Amino acid sequence: MAKVILQLGDLTCPSCMTKIRKAVENQDGVSDVKVLFNAGKVKANIDQAKVTGNDLSSVITDLGYEVKKVKTKELA
Amino acid sequence: MTKLNIWISKNQNKMTASIAVLIALSLISDYLLHFETIATVFMIVASIIGAIPVALHAFGALQNKVISIELLVTIAVVGAFIIGEYEESAIVTFLFLFGSYLEQKTLEKTRSSVKSLTKMAPTTAELVNEDGTTETVDVDDLDEGDHVLVKPGGQIPVDGKIIDGIGYMNEASITGESTPVQKSNGDKVFAGSIADNGTITIETTSVGEDTTFGKIIELVEEAQDSQSPAARFIDKFATYYTPAVLIIGILVWIFTQNFPLAITVLVLGCPGALVIGAPVSNVAGIGNGAKNGILMKGGNAVNTFSHVDTLVLDKTGTLTTGKMSVTDIDNFGKDKNEDLALLSAVENTSDHPLGQAIVRHINDLGITDTPKLPELDTVKGQGLVGQNDDFKILVGNERLMKANDVKISDTQRKAINKRMNDGDSVVLMAVDQELRLVVGVNDQLRSDAREGLQALKDAGLRRVVMLTGDNKVAAQRVAQRLPIDEVHAELLPEDKVEFVKKFQEQGSTVAFVGDGINDSPSLATADIGIGMGTGTDVAIETSDIILVKSSFDALAHAYTLSKKTVANTKENIIIAVGTVALLLLGLVVGIIHMGSGMFVHEISILVVIFNAMRLIGNKSSKLDSNQVVSPAN
Repeated sequence: MAKVILQLGDLTCPSCMTKIRKAVENQDGVSDVKVLFNAGKVKANIDQAKVTGNDLSSVITDLGYEVKKVKTKELA
Repeated sequence: MTKLNIWISKNQNKMTASIAVLIALSLISDYLLHFETIATVFMIVASIIGAIPVALHAFGALQNKVISIELLVTIAVVGAFIIGEYEESAIVTFLFLFGSYLEQKTLEKTRSSVKSLTKMAPTTAELVNEDGTTETVDVDDLDEGDHVLVKPGGQIPVDGKIIDGIGYMNEASITGESTPVQKSNGDKVFAGSIADNGTITIETTSVGEDTTFGKIIELVEEAQDSQSPAARFIDKFATYYTPAVLIIGILVWIFTQNFPLAITVLVLGCPGALVIGAPVSNVAGIGNGAKNGILMKGGNAVNTFSHVDTLVLDKTGTLTTGKMSVTDIDNFGKDKNEDLALLSAVENTSDHPLGQAIVRHINDLGITDTPKLPELDTVKGQGLVGQNDDFKILVGNERLMKANDVKISDTQRKAINKRMNDGDSVVLMAVDQELRLVVGVNDQLRSDAREGLQALKDAGLRRVVMLTGDNKVAAQRVAQRLPIDEVHAELLPEDKVEFVKKFQEQGSTVAFVGDGINDSPSLATADIGIGMGTGTDVAIETSDIILVKSSFDALAHAYTLSKKTVANTKENIIIAVGTVALLLLGLVVGIIHMGSGMFVHEISILVVIFNAMRLIGNKSSKLDSNQVVSPAN
């Protein structure tokens, strides 16, 4: 298990949040997805055997949002 | 498709600008040059450019089964386009896009308080390699156990322990205490604090989001997104409202056969200001708090705190600083300074808080002599005893004096009783069976406790209750100097919880203020738990509101801020609902059209954002003298 934190560009429409959350949740091996609207961050727990932080980054990019930074942290 | 999406979202502002130019050109050609065909072409191009980003957003939301405002606008614009109202369609898309641009810019402002906090987070560190060389690395690349070097003026990049060097740390961002603290080998340091001077090497214990500073940022970021009950209601409402507008539009079309009227209804019904109004107040209010060292865990906490009528306080460490200090000294010997020097020397050998307070006090008096002392023995529960060929010295409580048959005269007895009546702990010193010093030591009241509590009462708080584990005399001593309505003393932590529950049963909304260490059960039970004191992990977890600065001024500010934020939310909802109502009325009367309706809408969105921005500038309310004239008792 690892925790991924993605820093996006500024989010302006609340409906983007739902869109991003659902898209990320639909990936295999992803749980506890949180989209922080005001901070422009996406946080999720991932199973590294199934998915990587960069995979999530490209999912979000595909939706049309800029991903500025991807951080993956091993969970004990 | 993806690339187009990103290109559009990056260039949306340029597109908006080009639409503005096109509309202007069109109006010029039409009214000044009378080239109507060219004017129409300009409007058509403007409409198409403008409709694309709006339609894309609408489509994206629709994929997630969300009927968005963009969908209403898209249908309206396409509708206007089909019936040949190119001017309307161009102006509506322009206003909508320009409105979102302004919305984005102003939203940035409401988020600025937290952004500035995030910017204070360390990004790089000087990693010390095993061979002693250093390199600059990203903090994210550091691991537990890594050694990092911090130079004078540098920022501490991680939470950790000093393993080499000594320096003064400014920890204002963590503890609110702006006086630098000296730290050396073995002391804990916090990420985000500044090494005012001294070069130190730190062994890393936690990095990034796991540091205390990281947790504070995370808490505020999540708080801004956690909605108030009003916002949640509006959100739910909007998910039904927006489709309802769409249906009403269709019904209007079917029954009146008036297509232009139907698409106008779609534009006028947009819930723009409504959707943004409540959350934006929250973001601004919580941001203001964060800037002033008040961390509020979300809209719920803000809302509940604004309804609090009973404030329950712990005494030690909350109303008082938790630091012992000397209140008074009575001297019965011949040379006071000599006696004090002796007392200081004796107390210097102990690490008892009373003793340390006495040493500090005597040092502050400028007495620094260190007389020779006999070997000292500790008598448990009584004090210290020392004897050599020259003299015998006793430092401790009355029991120690009794046990050693020291006589206490009537005047001395009076001095002791006076200290005890004040609730002080009393330390006595006798030399050769003669009582020389009576020293009162007490926990100091926070300097702004009285003004702060009075300000809270002025802001609408009904009852202030003090609960303490301390004895009744000490409790009374503190309470009589403050606007406190009820005092309960000699309580265990579980008794305090019972009191909180009792007040809740009486129908009160209760806030509990404590230091988060032994008060966790009460903090968790109260409607609002307020952690005061250091930014400890426990306080961060169990409290709803955390005061980084342990001050009552901050507490009073938090209370008024929560009330203002809730009022602001209500104002915004009224503005938003009022706008829609007025627009529909205008439509019925016949003075509102699609373009002007959109214009009024965008104005209302800006009005609610500007209204919320008033909360950002709302500085910590300094108390003035006439606010503190009349304490309640």
